[in-house]
Amino acid sequence: MSGRVQGPVLILGASSDMARAVARGFAAKGCAIQLAARDPDRLADDKADLETRYGVAVSLHAVDALDIESHAGFVSGLPALPAIAVCAIGLMGDQDENEIDMTRAAQILRSNFEGPASLLAVLANAMEARGSGTLVGISSVAGERGRASNYVYGSAKAGFTAFLSGLRNRLAQKGVHVVTVLPGFVATRMTEGMDLPKKLVAEPAEVATAIVAAVEKSRNVIYVRRIWGLIMAIIKAIPEQIFKKTSI
Amino acid sequence: MTLRAGWGRFRPSETRVARARAQADVAAALAAGPLIARGNGRAYGDSAVSPGLTLEMRAMDRMLSFDAETGVLVAEAGVLLADIIGCFLPRGWFPWVTPGTRFVTLGGAIAADVHGKNHHIDGGFGSFVESVEVMGAGGRVTRAAPGDDLFGWTLGGMGLTGVILRAAIRLRPVATGWIVQDMRATQTLEATIDMMDATLSAPYSVAWLDCVTTGPMMGRGLVMLGRHAEVADLPPSQRGRPYETPNKPTLRLPFDLPAVALNPVTRHAFNALYYWNGRRKPGPRLVDWASYFYPLDAILDWNRGYGRAGFLQFQCALPQDSARAGLTALLGAIARSGEASALSVLKRFGAQDGRFSFPMAGYTLALDFPANDRSLKLMETLDQITLDHGGRFYLAKDARLPRAVLEASDDRVPAFRAMRAATGAAGRFISLQSERLGL
Repeated sequence: MSGRVQGPVLILGASSDMARAVARGFAAKGCAIQLAARDPDRLADDKADLETRYGVAVSLHAVDALDIESHAGFVSGLPALPAIAVCAIGLMGDQDENEIDMTRAAQILRSNFEGPASLLAVLANAMEARGSGTLVGISSVAGERGRASNYVYGSAKAGFTAFLSGLRNRLAQKGVHVVTVLPGFVATRMTEGMDLPKKLVAEPAEVATAIVAAVEKSRNVIYVRRIWGLIMAIIKAIPEQIFKKTSI
Repeated sequence: MTLRAGWGRFRPSETRVARARAQADVAAALAAGPLIARGNGRAYGDSAVSPGLTLEMRAMDRMLSFDAETGVLVAEAGVLLADIIGCFLPRGWFPWVTPGTRFVTLGGAIAADVHGKNHHIDGGFGSFVESVEVMGAGGRVTRAAPGDDLFGWTLGGMGLTGVILRAAIRLRPVATGWIVQDMRATQTLEATIDMMDATLSAPYSVAWLDCVTTGPMMGRGLVMLGRHAEVADLPPSQRGRPYETPNKPTLRLPFDLPAVALNPVTRHAFNALYYWNGRRKPGPRLVDWASYFYPLDAILDWNRGYGRAGFLQFQCALPQDSARAGLTALLGAIARSGEASALSVLKRFGAQDGRFSFPMAGYTLALDFPANDRSLKLMETLDQITLDHGGRFYLAKDARLPRAVLEASDDRVPAFRAMRAATGAAGRFISLQSERLGL
């Protein structure tokens, strides 16, 4: 499977900076867009933007990642089962808070792993029954190795990355493709105010371009900026004896 | 705190920075303290750097509606002209007025009331703005249309009336993405001005001046006239896809050139080469829209060419009556100083009655210089010549104008200050430039 993308494209967690850029990336290719977020009323201007810029059809949908029971109804209630679904749901939280407040930590784990996995599982089953589709999960390099600075978030992303890998394996012969995206640092609300090296920070539009290309070419796992592949290879290669004493 | 400067990269300053994604973010930032809105950072000086909060507006870049009957686009202030062209040129529309770069935001274009190569016929950017929505000092959002006080002060008001949130602008129907350019070489400054005065009916008109050659040939140049091409102007093979133009690769300057890269010798060489190259291809020819309107956009980050110290722009407008004498004096002063401007651009201005906009009927000259003490000294001389000839200065280019010079050049300043005081904008919307100039 490769070539031109076709919609509709469902964007889960559509109010984030990255999701907005991804929606534009697919709309620019002429795809109809389904935007789903907890509060779809706040997406009215984004809908107008996609329609005005690209002349595509856009629909808005309410979805609550943490309300697992609602997910089957959410998917069956979409105007059409999407050809492509991109999950941009995520919540970083504050590591210090996540270490002492277990309710908050559980919310981080559920928002980054349980909720996204459940939504993609429901979509995967429907796409498998249809025999076609592409699922894109935006995970994180933070899931590649647990680090003191953000291991609660990182462990949830590690779970999500493994889930995507398993889903890809399961559906490989069923006409459904799964793309794992490990974006590294992206200039979004999540990283605002952090002092990050410029060369490592991608713009949301850059992530969007990479995702559209990955879907077109049926790539399996992508880092947006190549340097992240190298960085993570090194971080993963450090022996635990040494790694545990570092502060990366 | 983050370092921010204008496009000239002259004297960056520490400022707090936040990014607005929606109107509520602007309201929250405003409630917390004084600020200035910043678009894509293409003002050359300190117009969009605040001693308080610098509020980045690029993420508020939604296009909200387009009326294909009237050509009116409603969009948030952070939209780039490049995005507007990208979306609407394939549908047959182009901005009515565009500055020399397409990487400016809608809000920035309104705040500076930018002008293009068609000012002598069509006026400035503001002539095609149907309405603006501005968040004022109290956090209230007001929609203003031509004729309203707020509208008049906001056009050219450098963001000092409030934060421009959204605007409705009219686009221009075009039949192709091509310009029929007519390039004419001139031998003297007199001839350049005569040529521009004689070609006032050309829709677009701009002259590049050789600012290096002295003596009788001083001010020789290339006058570039243009009009939007009709389908019949295109070669038959392209008439079926009139909006398609070659997708030229953009280059990027990945690092600062050493300050000596653009030295007097290379600037002399560049000016001579440019002139003789232009002279070799006179007469009309087809040029794609990007090459015609935005030659410098082909090199992203070209501002790094001047090295770490950055560069300074000088742009003044001179009234028609004194333009010849003023331009002669300006070029003479540059020649005597031994400094050479790498790029000197002369344009005709038509009449404009902006409350605080830069253009006035006459001519405008734009020059750039490497940022150093010699240039700063030269620019003081140029300030004086401009004052002596009744001219004024373009705040979107300015990084160093003294308050007294602005006051002497522009009798609208007291009314602008009074408006700022009366609306409460004075304490809430502040840039390093507004503080320097006491606006």
